[in-house]
Amino acid sequence: MDGKISRRSFIKGGLAVAGAAVASSLPMPEAVKASSVEELATLIDVRKCIGCEACVEACQEVNAPKFPEPKKPFPKMYPSRVKVSDWSDKRDVTDRLTPYNWLFIQEATVTVNGTEETLTIPRRCMHCQNPPCADLCPWGAAYKLKNGITRINSDYCLGGSKCKSVCPWHIPQRQTGVGLYLDLLPAFAGNGVMYKCDRCYNRIADGKLPACIDACPEDVQKIGPRDEILKEAHAIQKEIGGYIYGEKENGGTNTIYVSPVPFEDLNNGIEKGSGRPNLKPKKDSMAQADNLAKAMVIAPIAGMAAAAANFFIGAKKSMGSEDK
Amino acid sequence: MTVGSKALRRVFILTMALTAFTGFGQMPIFKRYYISDIPGMAWSADFYATHFLHYLGASVLLGLFAYFVLDYILTGRKHFQLTPSAYLRIILLVGIVATGILRVFKNMPDVLFSPTFTVFIDISHLGFAMAYLFTALVLAVMKRGWLRNAGYAL
Repeated sequence: MDGKISRRSFIKGGLAVAGAAVASSLPMPEAVKASSVEELATLIDVRKCIGCEACVEACQEVNAPKFPEPKKPFPKMYPSRVKVSDWSDKRDVTDRLTPYNWLFIQEATVTVNGTEETLTIPRRCMHCQNPPCADLCPWGAAYKLKNGITRINSDYCLGGSKCKSVCPWHIPQRQTGVGLYLDLLPAFAGNGVMYKCDRCYNRIADGKLPACIDACPEDVQKIGPRDEILKEAHAIQKEIGGYIYGEKENGGTNTIYVSPVPFEDLNNGIEKGSGRPNLKPKKDSMAQADNLAKAMVIAPIAGMAAAAANFFIGAKKSMGSEDK
Repeated sequence: MTVGSKALRRVFILTMALTAFTGFGQMPIFKRYYISDIPGMAWSADFYATHFLHYLGASVLLGLFAYFVLDYILTGRKHFQLTPSAYLRIILLVGIVATGILRVFKNMPDVLFSPTFTVFIDISHLGFAMAYLFTALVLAVMKRGWLRNAGYAL
């Protein structure tokens, strides 16, 4: 395979994923097997991006039906420290992530082969392999699909923004005045719905490419099985003496960037802040909890061993006293 | 130490309190409602810290439950009998443990549950925990213990 994912093979794969999506609608555990087997990843070749924002426009256009339509005025929220997060009048903002802009272009002026260049980098949700937003969401509103997409279900989300807090890149963005919290206790719990890239899960289920990939005139992005995407990323890295981001960050993601300059340089060059994620190395956020979860198996065994020891010591003592 | 031991009872109550607190801390409420502003409580707004402590407390509770069950079977039932309120508490605890195990399992890498099933687990875990806390509080006020026919009921 030359590394390129053809439209035909992608649509074929998409149909298989669609079948899995139908099966997953049952209220039962999905296949309890390695999800990575069918995970799709995207490859973003930073060299190719010209920062035209065609991907940004396509994302906004295709996902417009998913965007929040908040009811105003917003219910008063208590205590006063709870702030309204309203982007509904700023829908045309494209220089950062918002509930209405799930993908944006970051710029970094760096030195490539001795020449100063401005590189542009499409940024959105990384779709982690073990996403903390999905693991730690208290309502199951954020969840991962078998094909490697992490979604936030806007019907369940209460907008507590925990997913944003635990996300190593703080990707999800909140819109107040929309969602389930309005039907519960809008004054005292919740604050809207969190939004982020869902990698066009519905288009993928229909056998189509995500809008950003489809619209890109420079073929900056590709999508395919993660192992094939990684193979191609490493081949490019070797060819250009480049660097990879996303393969190991946060324990591994399904968004793999390849750059001709170190990501440390890119991180130093980009504007960072709210809605503008950095490009720093990220340790596996869930590693500690996952290790403790594995160790949890030992706890009941230790408890039973202690009870058994207690029983035998007691039995021995009573036998001893009977002998006397 | 046996099921009636005072030391184990204290460990059980303290660990239940820790897991209940850190369990509620899984919802983004401690910062909103100034709990994390209390001196020494800043950690309660750190979701990774509360999650880790919740898992740690759950591990201790799993060990304690296994100990209590086997100790009661091997030794305790010769001297004690479970009260009706103990059966009620056990049912609720089984609910907490079963849904908790499923949630921990769901959080493992490469394990996927359907969104509907995840929501069901989350809400039932919270429901069982709240029902247990309420029941335990009422029974404590009513001075109903776990065991009878002994001078030191748990």
